[in-house]
Amino acid sequence: MADIQISNLVKTYPGGSERATDDVSLSIRDGEFTVLLGPSGCGKTTLLRMIAGLELPDSGSISIGGRDVTYLPPNKRNLSMVFQSYAVFPHRKVRYNIGFGLRMAKVPADEIERKVQWAADLLQLGPYLDRLPANLSGGQRQRVAVARAIVMDADVLLMDEPLSNLDALLRLTFRSELKKIVQDLGTTTVYVTHDQSEALSLGDQVAVMRKGRIVQLGDPLDVYDAPADQFVGGFIGSPPMNFLDAAVSHDGGTLVLGEQQLMAPSILRSFAGKDVLLGVRAENVTVSNQRSSGDVAATVLVVEPMGSTVLLTVEVDGHNLKVQAPPTFKTAPRHTVWLGFAPNTMRVYDRETSMALEAK
Amino acid sequence: MSTKVDTTPIARQKRNRFLLQAACIAVSLFMLIPIYLISLAALSSRASLNEFPLSLLPTNLSVETLTGFLGATGIFGALGNSLIVGAGTLILAALIGVPAGYALARFSFRGKDPYQLFLLFTRALPIVVLSVPLARLFLTVDIYDTTYAVILLHTALALPTTILISASVFLSVPIDVEEAARLFGCSPLGAFGRVVLPMALPGLAAASIFTFVMSWNEVLGASILTLDHRTLPAQVLSSLSDSPLAYRFAGGFALVIPSIIFIALMRRYLTNMWGSTIR
Repeated sequence: MADIQISNLVKTYPGGSERATDDVSLSIRDGEFTVLLGPSGCGKTTLLRMIAGLELPDSGSISIGGRDVTYLPPNKRNLSMVFQSYAVFPHRKVRYNIGFGLRMAKVPADEIERKVQWAADLLQLGPYLDRLPANLSGGQRQRVAVARAIVMDADVLLMDEPLSNLDALLRLTFRSELKKIVQDLGTTTVYVTHDQSEALSLGDQVAVMRKGRIVQLGDPLDVYDAPADQFVGGFIGSPPMNFLDAAVSHDGGTLVLGEQQLMAPSILRSFAGKDVLLGVRAENVTVSNQRSSGDVAATVLVVEPMGSTVLLTVEVDGHNLKVQAPPTFKTAPRHTVWLGFAPNTMRVYDRETSMALEAK
Repeated sequence: MSTKVDTTPIARQKRNRFLLQAACIAVSLFMLIPIYLISLAALSSRASLNEFPLSLLPTNLSVETLTGFLGATGIFGALGNSLIVGAGTLILAALIGVPAGYALARFSFRGKDPYQLFLLFTRALPIVVLSVPLARLFLTVDIYDTTYAVILLHTALALPTTILISASVFLSVPIDVEEAARLFGCSPLGAFGRVVLPMALPGLAAASIFTFVMSWNEVLGASILTLDHRTLPAQVLSSLSDSPLAYRFAGGFALVIPSIIFIALMRRYLTNMWGSTIR
């Protein structure tokens, strides 16, 4: 177990002109579960592979547990990893696969046997120990890959989209199982995913990446509630955050949406008269058929019953918004509904830089 | 109410399956009949070969022809030479070709594409054109008329296919399995030996079949580079014109059978080794 310090990591792939990781610095505490989240091509996998030693950075440094590992080969780093494609050894039985790392580390045979048994029990692989991976289902192969990774007393556990090849239902059950296993182990974990719900549900901290940079690093809830910029808000959450063009009134007390007005959050006092981008989550908008004071009129475009809620796509001042209503809510396309915005749940962004505005 | 079921699609499927079977049988017979006939002739007595009409069933088996052939001057030694050359070529081509194929599959380096093209140039030159200068060269370094000389020639001839086949075999071994081995504590060589090589073995066996059969059948280069240490095809060829019919059948039989046995032995490595077919 160890902490990870990454500083100013730059990597450009041969033949590529863009930096795969652009001056990335990241600090991961001992035992922390960190999720690297971002769309494909954002550099999250490259960052993970550099921690693993499967890619070498152009400049910058990585240290694990206070030891500089930047240019060490993968087998000298004391890591373990779960691969996206599982990467189990097809020519060896499950038992050998799980014990592989221990065997390489020259652990005594009875100790290997004990640990393999422990991991197999934990991941319900007991009956399959003497099978070849070809005779296992995808989910079982994934379990073998996880078992192989957790039997190692590694400093750091790396996971590269381990759930992305499983079907939706299995992914959900295995996600919570994985969280429990990693919690019990207490190993420092770096987990790469493009799935924002995985990031929110698993991570102690989430690093959202875009174009080789970390755009926001924080607690999952912070990242969800207060996205640092428009990109993060649009990437995290299902449905993603809504963005509306608005103007702050001259006294700073209200937000002007076309013809309509809204109570402005108090941080906007210092931005009086400025054009801003308003960001608001679907669940923070109340929807009603009756008007109450401060509400904004919207025209319903699409009604999608989701079971637990009704997802509405509505139009306000030429912008489409996704909002949630209770499942019993009755409305139809082209009807008018009234939206209520709570000032403290609104986020405001600079229209040019799309960065979050902070009170001055 | 009953609906009439249209059975034409299933009938068509049955007919297609039948035609496919028939085609398979026809192709197999095309390959097998000559082998059967030559085996029959080689295993018949010299007298029964001259009978008319010739019996197509093995009614009159005898090993007289074959023992006669094997007892002929130089044949036994030539058989040994052929085996030595075949095995030597196989080992040498694998030692050089497999690492080269691995490098082609895993690393990108300057001049990779020209290198691949250049490999095929060896086969572009006729063996005669290659053999005459080689014979001169081998004479000066004093290995002319040895099995080493033939092994070297055959290795050069086999390397392009060995390298290209093993490159495609290594490409089919997923790179992350190798990376997993590295991460779990293997050195680069260890990961190759413990994970990549076992997974590539079926494909490499296929490449080695190619090499062995090529060496076993190659006659022109072997004839030019040797005088007294001929391989079997070279030996048979040199004495073919002035030998009896039975000798020719026995020679053909002796040439065909070992490569068939070798392919049969290696066959199980080719398909379905661990329940999943690896190309």
